[in-house]
Amino acid sequence: MDSKETQFKVLSFIMYKSKNTKSLKNILLYDPTSYSSIINKLLTLIVTIFTATAILPLILVLSYVVIRGSEQLNLNLLTQLPQPPGDDLYSGGIGNAICGTFIVTGIAATIAIPIGIGGGIYLAEYSKQGHFSKFIRFGTNILAGVPSIISGVFVYGTIVSTKIIFGSNFSALAGGIALSILMLPTVIKTTDEGLKLVSDDLRKGSLSVGASRFITITKVTLPAAINPISTGILLSIARAAGETAPLIFTALFSFYWSNSPQSLLEPIASLSVLIYNFALEPYQAQNELAWAASFILVFILLLLNIFARWLGRLSR
Amino acid sequence: MIQNSQSTSNMQNNTSICLDNVTISYGSFPAIKNVFCSIPKGYITAFIGPSGCGKSTILRAINRMNDLIDACTLTGRVLFEGVDLYNKRIDPVEVRRKIGMVFQQPNPFPKSIYENIAFGARINGYQGNMDELVENSLKRAAVWDECKDKLNESGCSLSGGQQQRLCIARTIAIEPDVILMDEPCSALDPISTLKIEETMHELKSNYTVIIVTHNMQQALRVSDFTAFFNAEVQPNSTGGKVGYLVEFNNTEKIFNSPKQKATQDYVSGKFG
Repeated sequence: MDSKETQFKVLSFIMYKSKNTKSLKNILLYDPTSYSSIINKLLTLIVTIFTATAILPLILVLSYVVIRGSEQLNLNLLTQLPQPPGDDLYSGGIGNAICGTFIVTGIAATIAIPIGIGGGIYLAEYSKQGHFSKFIRFGTNILAGVPSIISGVFVYGTIVSTKIIFGSNFSALAGGIALSILMLPTVIKTTDEGLKLVSDDLRKGSLSVGASRFITITKVTLPAAINPISTGILLSIARAAGETAPLIFTALFSFYWSNSPQSLLEPIASLSVLIYNFALEPYQAQNELAWAASFILVFILLLLNIFARWLGRLSR
Repeated sequence: MIQNSQSTSNMQNNTSICLDNVTISYGSFPAIKNVFCSIPKGYITAFIGPSGCGKSTILRAINRMNDLIDACTLTGRVLFEGVDLYNKRIDPVEVRRKIGMVFQQPNPFPKSIYENIAFGARINGYQGNMDELVENSLKRAAVWDECKDKLNESGCSLSGGQQQRLCIARTIAIEPDVILMDEPCSALDPISTLKIEETMHELKSNYTVIIVTHNMQQALRVSDFTAFFNAEVQPNSTGGKVGYLVEFNNTEKIFNSPKQKATQDYVSGKFG
């Protein structure tokens, strides 16, 4: 009796097992006509189309600028001064605008980097996460969203129209200040975030060997966060270098080289304002110059961005 | 083991750290209460006890690492060679130069092995031969053989156990009087643990070592004195458990003939 019963149990178990494997195999087979796989394919297709549409403007703008701009490329373009409108055959180069962009952005960086890094260090290392630091973080976020033309108008109102800097009105210095306002929030934010990423263990380790807070920050935490911080700085420089609106109100434009210290107090040329001015001219030669300047500007910004990404990747 | 301040002053000559009625609170909740304890100079003292009894908190109080936690307050006195470390005129940076610390997670600086050691010495104004100091420190932490050929490689390239010994070497390099270790082996494998314990025995001749550990066998292996902490829910309080010092004595006595029942239960593995 007993052995028969066990035999039956074993047999039924085997049958159950084999039955189960069969149905399991059926379940595991991929069925392309099932509801879920059709929906899956459909959604993938839709998302792909949207992504392609999102990238399309970038590709179109870049290729148009490259096609129109690269036609004008030659050495004169980089070394000559632009000619005033009127001569339809020869429009000169954009040498002073390239230099001007570097000068104005350099001024902006000199102002924004120390202040921004200092502010970021305060937020991440010194502040006690109270109302004051919350207010500063909030303010930084707001400042990051302020339209660039507002910073231009602000500097126009406070510095240009009041002639507060050695009696000069439109100047490279004023342009740099306007751009530095735009750079500041990015630098503060990336410094703050970068320092927050540094492990607290590192700070404790440094303090426990008798380092002061200042030494801990300058010798241990800042070096550990240098990659995200420099990436943020480069991205903010790239943003500032491409701005037009703040410069129209502050740096204006110039047809001459800015090659003396005094010229920092005079209007200065920049690529973005040159594009704005010359693209609106009714003369063909000037328009072509604007295209060439667009190409150079995009090229510079692209280089800055790639460099920034590369720096960011180093840290990983 | 409660001592009044008179007997602590008598013991000053061979006492390194003296905790005199220390209570540490996070916000308004005390984490550990009314600790009296004299830690002898030139020995290894182990702090043992269940999780949350405040042994790490007490350890951090000794070199003022609790200053980094905003809500943390301390009452009572922590005396180091008779000096009250929580006096207003005391500079915590100087305290940490005299009382070094090794942490639970190995935390070498992202610099070369050489720089890891030289950093502390340099900022403390070390004038001697830096190469010699680096070599000696690494040798005393028993990690020299493993990294003598790669002093210029990053400290983070070492294994966990080697990193921890590098951190010990880094602490030794600033020539402290006391070395605090907060569960230094809890992130390490048994072999690395053994090596760190050997290192600790080496250190005993020159330093006072205080080690927090969860591992009772480790306390038994390395320490000369043991303090057993426990935590209990306080009557009339809404907060969580509050830690207190149950018993402090020779390690041998703590493990073989403890005076308190709680100690007996803990060391025999009945709870914890």
